[in-house]
Amino acid sequence: MSPKKIVLRFTKTLSEKPIIYYLVKDYDLVVNIVKANINPHKEGMLILELSGEKYEQGLDYLRSQGVTVQPLTQEIIRNEERCSSCGACTAICPSGALYMERPNMEVKFDGDKCIVCQLCLKTCPLRAMEVRF
Amino acid sequence: MSIERTYAEINSKIKSGKVVVVTAEELVTMVKDKGITAAAKEVDVVTTGTFGPMCSSGVFLNFGHSAPRMKIQKAWLNKVPAYGGIAAADVFLGATEMPEDDPLNSSYPGEFRYGGGHVIEDLVARKPIKYKAIAYGTDCYPRKEIETEITLDDINEAILMNPRNAYQNYNCAVNLSSRTIYTYMGLLKPNLGNAHYSTAGQLSPLLKDPDFRTIGVGTRIFLGGGIGYVVWNGTQHFPDRLYDKNGKYLGPSGGTLSVLGDLKQMNPQWLRGTSFLGYGATLTVGIGVPIPVLNEEIIRYAAVPDEELYAPIMDYSDAYPNRKPCDLGFVSYAELKSGKITVNGKEIPTASMSSYKKAREVAGILKQWIQKGDFLLSQPAQLLPNADDGIKAKVLKG
Repeated sequence: MSPKKIVLRFTKTLSEKPIIYYLVKDYDLVVNIVKANINPHKEGMLILELSGEKYEQGLDYLRSQGVTVQPLTQEIIRNEERCSSCGACTAICPSGALYMERPNMEVKFDGDKCIVCQLCLKTCPLRAMEVRF
Repeated sequence: MSIERTYAEINSKIKSGKVVVVTAEELVTMVKDKGITAAAKEVDVVTTGTFGPMCSSGVFLNFGHSAPRMKIQKAWLNKVPAYGGIAAADVFLGATEMPEDDPLNSSYPGEFRYGGGHVIEDLVARKPIKYKAIAYGTDCYPRKEIETEITLDDINEAILMNPRNAYQNYNCAVNLSSRTIYTYMGLLKPNLGNAHYSTAGQLSPLLKDPDFRTIGVGTRIFLGGGIGYVVWNGTQHFPDRLYDKNGKYLGPSGGTLSVLGDLKQMNPQWLRGTSFLGYGATLTVGIGVPIPVLNEEIIRYAAVPDEELYAPIMDYSDAYPNRKPCDLGFVSYAELKSGKITVNGKEIPTASMSSYKKAREVAGILKQWIQKGDFLLSQPAQLLPNADDGIKAKVLKG
């Protein structure tokens, strides 16, 4: 199966457990860490690209441990009404998720390619990009 | 026989519903197919458009007098300061003004999430605005402070007055240094990581009337979704012609427009608060200018395609900020719009700060207004200075 991107949220106590280790060891999943963050309250947020035969069992394991699991594609939002298709984001986006469709010169967003670096949030002059976790 | 038309003849055709209007983009294709002479015979008006960040924008606001009366000394709209050094109940709010408690660039790169341009967008969107003002008190204007809420419909006048808009041409910005820089041309990655430009190219108003043969004081235009006027040349109006090292003409540059219109009949879709990371806040403005086809020469200029219009490539890490010479050459808008250009032997991605899609919409709306008979062309009381007038930029000593 092709890799899927998911957002994981860890409580303070969960952040100290080697959960990803067991995801790899017990469920034989391939893990690519796209983004990771632990806030001052020691709560963790992890964006993973995940693939493997036991993908669903792996997710069940995460949930059983108390990890909140959300699909990433629902979290990246482009406000199409606000976007003017200027293109300011397109040369900045490192993965090509935001690109200019030619010749109609319209900015398009491919959520599957997004690596949630959030550069588009900073560089969009009209604040049309939103990330919701 | 060459074509000659007058404003009166064109307006007569608009009123009778027989006017032929094409956008500058459509004209490019038409001239490629039919040639200049045939297009000149057929077309009466060419519409242009642009939708990009234009920092020199602002609004004059006149509030109804409070009881007791008050002579506004300092005022804030949604915490953004407005200039009160004019008549008692008037203020001017500039697009780039920021709230006094904004960290600005002290937390570099600053986000500049809400400034004067955003207030203007909220005003024109009819959102309630928190208004605060203070005064020193006089016998005729005794009140010293007020804090209330206003909407655009609650106040007397709101005049969009933009001293410098619609730049004729602009730089293609690159970064030769080894660090990321944050500019009014967006985020520029190090070591020629990207190239940013900001114009609609073949649709952009002042690229299509390069010598100001039709645009002048009193020209009626599309401004912010409503009708506005060119009221003067813009500040920093230094019209010039670009040539390469071999003397080949690369198009015009340097002209600007000063424009004005009634904010109350405009639309937030065409006046958008804008933020540039590490630089500041501003307003993105939609402007469309009609070009009357008075003769064949005017349509020849209006038909120039992206392939024949060029931007100078400028290094924003050192040459631009320090006013040093920059010799990176020129690039055509056709190349810029393709998504990649080559600078110093390196292929780099390009992106625009202004929207070609929206520029196309502006030119299309203006075309519809003219076709429906809702928008007549105005003959300028005075044309704007052009490159032959030799106006040069002054350098500030110090």
